[in-house]
Amino acid sequence: MLQQLGQLPMGWLLTALLLFVMTAGFSIGRIRAERYSLSSSGKFHSRPNYHGYYVAMWGLAPALILALAYLLLAEPIARELLTRELPAAFHKLPKAELVSYLDAVSAVSAHRTYDGSDRVFTAVTHRYLELSGSLKITTLATILLSAVLGVMFARSHVSPDFRARQQVESGAELFLFLCAAIAIATTVGIVASLFYESIRFFSQVPVTDFLFGTRWNAQTNAEFGAVPLFFGTFMIALIAMFVAAPVGLFAAIYLSEYASRKTRSYVKPLLEVLAGIPTVVYGFFALLVVAPGVRSIALWINATLIDIGLANGPVLAAQPTSALAAGLVMGIMVIPFVSSLSDDVINAVPQTLRDAAFAMGATKSETIKQVILPAALPGIVASLLLAVSRAIGETMIVVMAAGQRARISLDPSTDLTTITVQIVALLTGETEFDSPKTLSAFALGLVLFLVTLCFNLIALRVVQRYREKYE
Amino acid sequence: MSKMPDSSLITPKALKHLKKRRAADARFRLYGIAAIVFALSALTLLVIAIGTRAYSATTQYVFQAEIMLDADLVAPEGETSEAEITRNIEGFYTLVRDKLFAEFPEASQSQAARQDLSELVNRLAVLSLARRVADNPSLIGKSLEVRVPLSDDLDLYLKGGSPKDVTVRVGSAGTIETDVEGKARISSTSGLSKVTSTRSLLEEGKAMGSVLLAGGKAVARIDSLSPDAAELTLLTGTFEQLANAPLVAHIIPLPEAERPISDQQIAWAIALKQAGNARQVLHTSLVTHTDSTYPELAGTLAAIVGSLLTMMVTACVAIPMGIFAAVYLEEFAPRNRLTNLIEVNINNLAAVPSIVFGLLGASLLLGTFALPRSAPIVGGLVLALLILPVVIIASRASLRSVPPSIRSGALAVGASRMQAVFHHVLPLAAPGMFTGAILGMARALGETAPLLLIGMVAFVAEVPNSATDEATALPVLIYSWASNAERAWEPMTAAAIVILLSLLVIMNVVVVFLRRRFERRW
Repeated sequence: MLQQLGQLPMGWLLTALLLFVMTAGFSIGRIRAERYSLSSSGKFHSRPNYHGYYVAMWGLAPALILALAYLLLAEPIARELLTRELPAAFHKLPKAELVSYLDAVSAVSAHRTYDGSDRVFTAVTHRYLELSGSLKITTLATILLSAVLGVMFARSHVSPDFRARQQVESGAELFLFLCAAIAIATTVGIVASLFYESIRFFSQVPVTDFLFGTRWNAQTNAEFGAVPLFFGTFMIALIAMFVAAPVGLFAAIYLSEYASRKTRSYVKPLLEVLAGIPTVVYGFFALLVVAPGVRSIALWINATLIDIGLANGPVLAAQPTSALAAGLVMGIMVIPFVSSLSDDVINAVPQTLRDAAFAMGATKSETIKQVILPAALPGIVASLLLAVSRAIGETMIVVMAAGQRARISLDPSTDLTTITVQIVALLTGETEFDSPKTLSAFALGLVLFLVTLCFNLIALRVVQRYREKYE
Repeated sequence: MSKMPDSSLITPKALKHLKKRRAADARFRLYGIAAIVFALSALTLLVIAIGTRAYSATTQYVFQAEIMLDADLVAPEGETSEAEITRNIEGFYTLVRDKLFAEFPEASQSQAARQDLSELVNRLAVLSLARRVADNPSLIGKSLEVRVPLSDDLDLYLKGGSPKDVTVRVGSAGTIETDVEGKARISSTSGLSKVTSTRSLLEEGKAMGSVLLAGGKAVARIDSLSPDAAELTLLTGTFEQLANAPLVAHIIPLPEAERPISDQQIAWAIALKQAGNARQVLHTSLVTHTDSTYPELAGTLAAIVGSLLTMMVTACVAIPMGIFAAVYLEEFAPRNRLTNLIEVNINNLAAVPSIVFGLLGASLLLGTFALPRSAPIVGGLVLALLILPVVIIASRASLRSVPPSIRSGALAVGASRMQAVFHHVLPLAAPGMFTGAILGMARALGETAPLLLIGMVAFVAEVPNSATDEATALPVLIYSWASNAERAWEPMTAAAIVILLSLLVIMNVVVVFLRRRFERRW
């Protein structure tokens, strides 16, 4: 019996239940208010609909909270209960194995009953189904009970001079506030989970080894010196900015100062297309076109240097995936981030400054170089900072075109690895949440988050100051 | 105006200086144009590089033949239930292979040749045929025209991809002298000298590839070649067929050992194409099949469905949340430190690298809450958090563009603040909010990195049914196809990218349409 309950489709049931509570609550409140207004001649403070909303709100709020709690906590609770009941032999297993065993149990019980020959597994699955069945039925009953209580409580309030509309509106405002607070909750979630996992990592590997060690070999040797990763990230972001900064800046200057309205209306959206292309597409482009191109140029340089006698052997590494390829493509991706923000900033420079410069006899380029750019400088710096932050955090291009080997080399045709590449490498495939190997990904993530946070905060601050200056 | 103003300022030195300044101005303008040209040509190069590769994946070579569905092979135990027939891939494969052997009797001479011939069609390629028969068991025992995809290497060769060959028209064979079994000599006038010169041009200094001579349904390899005569080894067909047809030489510069298909297999491919048994058809399996380890059988269906499920979760969470949050911040929030903090937070979240959201999903949703790995619900939630700031910022801009007079008007006739916002401001701001939401969804659709971290990179061969099933998404599929080494994956990846980009283009077109249709200047 409980086992069958364990396979209840809770998603659909909860949705149906919530919808039912909502409509029932609304009807109950509304009907009661209308009855009152029919029987009594006195004026109602709020319209019957608001009484309906009020009752529905009281029915729905506890039900919704319970349903959310169920969705998030049911699985961990069921697992915890199951783990406690498991025989002692299971507790001797490493934690990762136990987790994957439980994963298998819940995966099997989510779909159909297990019909294999492992009798222990069958027994465990059955027990799991019983546990989750009783959890499910308890939840449904509690939700129903709380909804009924809420509706009854609210219904007793319905009366001609009850201020239902004010109540509903303050409830709605609270809901709106909660939605806005999700943004804070996300940040708190990010910071908390990164810190929590990083602290677990640093309890196994000293912070100094991580920040200043120069050997990274997390997959095989448990060497966690992240300096080569920082170097690779820095190098590739630098190459990207060498492309994006001049191109983006000059494009912005041309579009805002020289181009005709018509050119601008065509070119600007086209440049923004570059920002809309998924990064995995850039990664494929880098892998397919740019990396082989970089490699053949590097090989040609090697051959030429040997030919003219400047070198005895190959000078450049000429790897099939290279920092230069990844950096170039990333630079192209970042162009619109530089150009559109710089464009806004340049446009925001007051026309009077330009007119004054022209009146002094300056040419257009002199006006731009000596008046507009200095005035727009903070905004431009901010746009460059945002672009750098974008380049540091970019993942797919480097995963596909930058390589996996952690090393420090100034040769742009060699393959470097970055923070994001290593995070992906460490967390894809089978992961165990306890090994320092997996946890190191979170430490890297923390570094990435903090660095980009600094860049973003500075940039946002600068932009805000700048806006205030000219508004 | 007619005479030069008499001024001491206009000296030759000043004119020279002016000229220099004007040149600097022109140069500066040129830099701007160069920057734009660079950015746009990078975009063009990207589109062309992917477009040309995707184009070759729009068609596929199939082996097409009339096959008698022998009941003994298809349903050996008289069992015609759907599952039983679908499971019997071996029987269908035998049917197709026997048809190939009937076409090329020379292949049954040795074990190696049999092996070579079986490689033309992958064992699993008959799966769709098996499903078709399983759906309609009355086909058993009847003759049926079947189409089975040829192996990826053969497909690549026939499309002119790799190994590349150069064809030269040789003309009629002239005289064919057969001496030993399967060997012959021909002497042709002008044709062979053309072949010789082309070949020496192609192979300059490199290892020798092969030259195949095809005529009608027969193909022979040229063993030794001189401008007026050539020694041939017959690969398929007969010398009579060769003698009676105009000959074409296929020069393949890559040596046999360095390519995935042998001379014999190329010969069969040419013969199949000549006989009309190898047909180039529209590559529909690209959108009707799920993922496979063999490029000729792989398709994007499961990934597209997975992406749709993920997007549904994202839309259900991010759009209402984002709009409500924007309404609160724009219309109700008191100016205090808390709302200020929320505001800074949102702006900052918009710039947090997407992979960090993946880490959040991996640690919190998978770790703490034990939600299922690789499931669209987790992917959807992570992407929803990722695009929430985008939706909020766009919705706020849209709300801000509604003039305050609307609010004042509503408040003046006695509406409450909530009523003024929900009855009057929100409907006017809705198109703008909607465009913001679609742009956010477009960003979520193309996002890959966070999905990798929550395990949506697993190989999924079944179309997911619900948001808690194991699934993958289109960009992740592109990533995993791009990391495959085989050449044949390249056009497939490009084609998957084209599918993804077309979805994005559709979303953006909707945005542009909405803007044109509903944009209002106050």
